[in-house]
Amino acid sequence: MANMNMVQALNSAMDIMLERDPRVVVLGEDVGYFGGVFRVTDGLQRKHGEHRVLDTPIAEGGIVAAAIGMGVNGLKPVAEIQFADYIYPAFDQVVSELARLRYRTAGEFSAPVTIRTPCGGGIRGGQTHSQSPEGIFTHVCGIKVVMPSTPYDAKGLLISSIEDDDPVVFFEPKRIYNGPFDGDPHKPAVPWSSHPGGAVPEGHYTVPIGKAEIVRPGKDVTVLAYGTMVHVAQAAVRLAGVDAEIIDVRTLAPLDTDTLCTSVCKTGRCVVVHEATRFSGYGAELVATVQEECFWHLEAPIQRVTGWDTPYPHAFEWEYFPGPARIAAALKSVMEAA
Amino acid sequence: MTPRSRLHIPYPPARPGDTPDFSYVKISPPGAVGRPETKAPVRDIENLSTEMVRVLGDDAKAVGPWNPHLEPQDLQVGLRHMVLTRLFDDRMQRMQRQGRMSFYMKSTGEEAVAVAAGMALLPGDMLFPSYRVQGLQIVRGRSLVDLMCQCLSNTRDMCKGRQMPVMYHWGSGNIFSISGNLATQFPQAVGWAMASAIKGEDRIAATWIGEGSSAEADFHHALTFAQVYRAPVILNVVNNQWAISTFQGFAGGEVQTFAKRGPGYGMPGIRVDGNDFLAVYAVTQWAAERARQSGGPTLIEHVTYRAAAHSTSDDPSRYRPKEEWKAWPLGDPITRLKDHLIALGEWSQEQHTALEKELEAQVTACWKEAASYGTLTEGPTLDPATMFDDVYKEMPPHLAKQREQLLELARLQPARGPQAEHDPDRQAQPVAKEG
Repeated sequence: MANMNMVQALNSAMDIMLERDPRVVVLGEDVGYFGGVFRVTDGLQRKHGEHRVLDTPIAEGGIVAAAIGMGVNGLKPVAEIQFADYIYPAFDQVVSELARLRYRTAGEFSAPVTIRTPCGGGIRGGQTHSQSPEGIFTHVCGIKVVMPSTPYDAKGLLISSIEDDDPVVFFEPKRIYNGPFDGDPHKPAVPWSSHPGGAVPEGHYTVPIGKAEIVRPGKDVTVLAYGTMVHVAQAAVRLAGVDAEIIDVRTLAPLDTDTLCTSVCKTGRCVVVHEATRFSGYGAELVATVQEECFWHLEAPIQRVTGWDTPYPHAFEWEYFPGPARIAAALKSVMEAA
Repeated sequence: MTPRSRLHIPYPPARPGDTPDFSYVKISPPGAVGRPETKAPVRDIENLSTEMVRVLGDDAKAVGPWNPHLEPQDLQVGLRHMVLTRLFDDRMQRMQRQGRMSFYMKSTGEEAVAVAAGMALLPGDMLFPSYRVQGLQIVRGRSLVDLMCQCLSNTRDMCKGRQMPVMYHWGSGNIFSISGNLATQFPQAVGWAMASAIKGEDRIAATWIGEGSSAEADFHHALTFAQVYRAPVILNVVNNQWAISTFQGFAGGEVQTFAKRGPGYGMPGIRVDGNDFLAVYAVTQWAAERARQSGGPTLIEHVTYRAAAHSTSDDPSRYRPKEEWKAWPLGDPITRLKDHLIALGEWSQEQHTALEKELEAQVTACWKEAASYGTLTEGPTLDPATMFDDVYKEMPPHLAKQREQLLELARLQPARGPQAEHDPDRQAQPVAKEG
């Protein structure tokens, strides 16, 4: 067991898979010689060669299309889109091609591509380096969508994604690359070495796709969160002083409905938290699912705490970010409701 | 007067009622263009992208350095594939008009582009087709029944009713799935070719796109990636002059050839007479040899003419002269190869008539068999519950649940409609169509 931050854990996952499976290739902008703008692919090209870790032209549509062709030809490509905000030029290749290739050919062709992409704000990235577009991808049938919240899960889920025969869009909450973040930007940074999720086996292991995790058991209210917001929710629960059960959704699609709904049926109350914008956001799916499965157990309306429905601002980042105070207010409100 | 900017709006040389005018198509004499070594540097062969490689002359003789010197038997096979492609297209069009299937797209007048290129490649080479190169399927020996069943979305449909007609695929025949989105296959073919080189194989990829959809970003992604990595791929632009109603000028073909984009990216561009079977064969062979020697990609522009409507949903008389096809200066690819074989003394009009009769009978027999597996108007039909298969490799719980809901609906609402009456087995099927 080693202490790793999320960058090192993701790097280790790709290193192991490049070593174990000759079909694995890594491609993306700046991922080769330089090792990636966030250093996630650092050293991989030096170790595994420039035919397996490829720098690409700046063309996200081309990156995903090439990865699809490689996947059809028997490789297992891991494509990096440098920021989730840059993924839109590849949207047609993801939605119309990657997601549906197995379906449209009745299983005769498929492309087991993993798309890794850093998402989320809190790094002064403004509206083009802060977005959380996961809800756009969970709406697409045929792809799996994953977002880890710890180095341990990041490595195990990335290995699962690469080994999966279906395409996976793997979102990396970049605000917690180097340490857990409780939502208060004025506190000193905390390293992953201080968090149990930073203890990461050096070898191969997997975290299953399609399984949520209860990160804090509780009996009063269920909080559904993922990525950075899992940590912010923990701070909010302390602030509100409630005995909340916090669930890290981890795999956004396909969703582990059982774990979520068993918890809400037990607590009778639910708060859904995400950093992405609210309207038609992924939280709406969570709320609808909980409502369908747990309606007769609910004691209060379900609340959503999300980013505002504006582009991610540069100057007002912390007014935009759904921090602990807003989540705590929602927790109190669902607890007070009859 | 103050100068003011003004947009240029491309306008085709002829609209309905006008006399067809193809003076904009620059044509080199047969045999006039030199054939360079396949290892020639791009800067030395830029002329290939502006001139036109041609082998067959008006006198039906094969001339010049690009003559691939095929055996008469091979030419007869090529002719047979092209005639079969045309007869197949004609039959499918008629069946669509009869309401037996929803849609069809013919390749009439462009048969040489697919058939000659398909024959010049090796069976292991991977093909990423657009929707109008069905000749590739014919060359590789795909059963017509399989193609027809796909168009019919019937019980033997390779796509299980999930794709519109003509969106075929063939894994074991090394032909990729056709996407209705256009151009997406172009950079995918490059990725496939990159993987082939990464694995150290000598298989190459070839892909086709219309001149119209070469305006998509995917075309440029393909050229960039192909040239950056020198991927073993042949990139074919089929310039058939028309993208539904917009002529090739709207894709940027007015002042520059499409082949010329190749040298712009650093790869050879070859402009070829797309209705000249021998010329298409020869340039494909050249590009394939170059690709197999790590020489990288080649862009080939096939100059041809879309003689048919865009699709069965299109009426070209609304946007181009009715007689335009007759005025097309590069003729009909089938007639030209047939005349060449006759000039060689290796074919006759009697043989040709007999061939057409034989292939027509083949198409009829195949249609009869395909229709027995179901058409739009007659059963048997696919089981709708299969729509939940293949979304993922394993069906996740939410899809299993939705499948159960569909089955439950069918139990509450038994089968009805003409299918149920015609097909006694229909009652035993678990799921009905909604009324």
